[in-house]
Amino acid sequence: MSAVMITRKVRKWEKLPGKNTFCCDGRVMMARQKGIFYLTLFLIIGTCSLFFVFECPYLAVHLSPAIPVFAVLLFLFVIAMLLRTSFSDPGVLPRALPEEANFIEMEIEAANGNVPSGQRPPPRIRNVQINNQIVKLKYCYTCKIFRPPRASHCSICDNCVDRFDHHCPWVGNCVGKRNYRYFYLFTLTLSLLTIYIFAFNIVHVVMRSVDHGFLNTLKETPGTYPLNMNTFLLVCFFTLWSMVGLTGFHTYLISLNQTTNEDIKGSWSGKNRGQNPYSHKNIIKNCCEVLCGPTYPSVTFFSLFLTSFSASFPQKTTAPLIPNEHTPDDVKPSIAAEKSSGPKDDQPPAAMLPPLASPETDAETSIAKNQ
Amino acid sequence: SSKFHNLQDMQHTASLVTKVFIQRDYSEGTVCRFQTKFPAELDNRIERALLEQTVKTLNSYYVEAEKVGGQSYLEGCLACATAYIVFLCMETRYEKVLKKISGYIQEQNEKIYAPRGLLLTDPIERGMRVLEISVFEDRGSSGSSPSSSMSSCSTAR
Repeated sequence: MSAVMITRKVRKWEKLPGKNTFCCDGRVMMARQKGIFYLTLFLIIGTCSLFFVFECPYLAVHLSPAIPVFAVLLFLFVIAMLLRTSFSDPGVLPRALPEEANFIEMEIEAANGNVPSGQRPPPRIRNVQINNQIVKLKYCYTCKIFRPPRASHCSICDNCVDRFDHHCPWVGNCVGKRNYRYFYLFTLTLSLLTIYIFAFNIVHVVMRSVDHGFLNTLKETPGTYPLNMNTFLLVCFFTLWSMVGLTGFHTYLISLNQTTNEDIKGSWSGKNRGQNPYSHKNIIKNCCEVLCGPTYPSVTFFSLFLTSFSASFPQKTTAPLIPNEHTPDDVKPSIAAEKSSGPKDDQPPAAMLPPLASPETDAETSIAKNQ
Repeated sequence: SSKFHNLQDMQHTASLVTKVFIQRDYSEGTVCRFQTKFPAELDNRIERALLEQTVKTLNSYYVEAEKVGGQSYLEGCLACATAYIVFLCMETRYEKVLKKISGYIQEQNEKIYAPRGLLLTDPIERGMRVLEISVFEDRGSSGSSPSSSMSSCSTAR
């Protein structure tokens, strides 16, 4: 008896809970509403293109060719950071599987004891001591887990995110543990880019005015130029102040090792000032930890890989890699045959290794091997 | 004991009794660390020292992965200078340690846990939240069960 193997690509991320959208074999992960992200992209690319087309020829000739070159590098860096922030998994915590959820429920009930009927059970909170500070871990009813410290549930994406900072519509994604440094670098370099463009705009106008007089400068350029110029300066001006402000705010947060979420809730301010248990009480150490800390893996990507592998078996429910009592009997032999086809030494199962290839490709090659 | 000859044997023939979850230990902050408290459900299945050793070794792996020090600064600065494009070709330190961890768990399962009818699941598959231990039916010391299970396995194939 052999199970029929499906070789079409199964998009398992459609079955993942939460309101994220995925592309590129699950490597790109974003929120559902992407409209403002496209606007951000349009504004940056549009403004920079105008700068390159109208300003750079003059500046390259009259000042130095290094100016447009540096602008291009800065622009590419900004786009890279934006895409990294938007497309990365922010640190989504996967929801508890049924067994884990039940286990936690039983623990909660054991801890609460007998609640007389008619009375509300006490709120589900666990207390943890971190650095001599009591931190309350709240239970998430959607994800059925006790949220780790600093995690929070994003209602827009419907996920719990680790070290949740905020949900940024401009970037089309949550900002959390895994992509905070990209977000910060994005705001920083965009501020620099805006200041750079703004400054050289002014320099250009000044230089032309010195040569030809100010009013003539406005007249002699092509008819659309003043319009571009004004739009330019206006967009630059507003972008500049908002970006510089945002960068300054996040620099302040990083130096204190706080998240926007904690700042808004006032967790470590007011009467709790100076009691942030995550801070190293040293600005340099805090900055280093946030910006040069370890690059955490995306657990969503790992769970995608595993469910894709098992999705190659024609089941309505995902068959686990290791069959248990829930696996239908006709699938067990195929899984057994799959496993025994490899050598019997200590070869770790392919699913365990972090994939560099796409999940579906690996699943398809193993199916082909089996056939 | 040779109740289960290897992982495949156990997976085909044994039935799952329950799953035990070892939770995260947050007393040292948000670093990845699992509690070394011994779960009561495993009292007669495995020696305390063995499980404690496994958890302690896992914790030390995670400490190594998340260490903020000279090498991580270098990695961070280099990656930043290349706009993080270098991460597309290079494996990060954390990923290297994760490979080691999965190898370690595989080895522990085969040597220690499978013979006792237990199975560890790599925490990464559970979002680094819990260390899941699947508890399979304890076959006891009767000699008939392994052979009957082997024959049922062969007919199924």
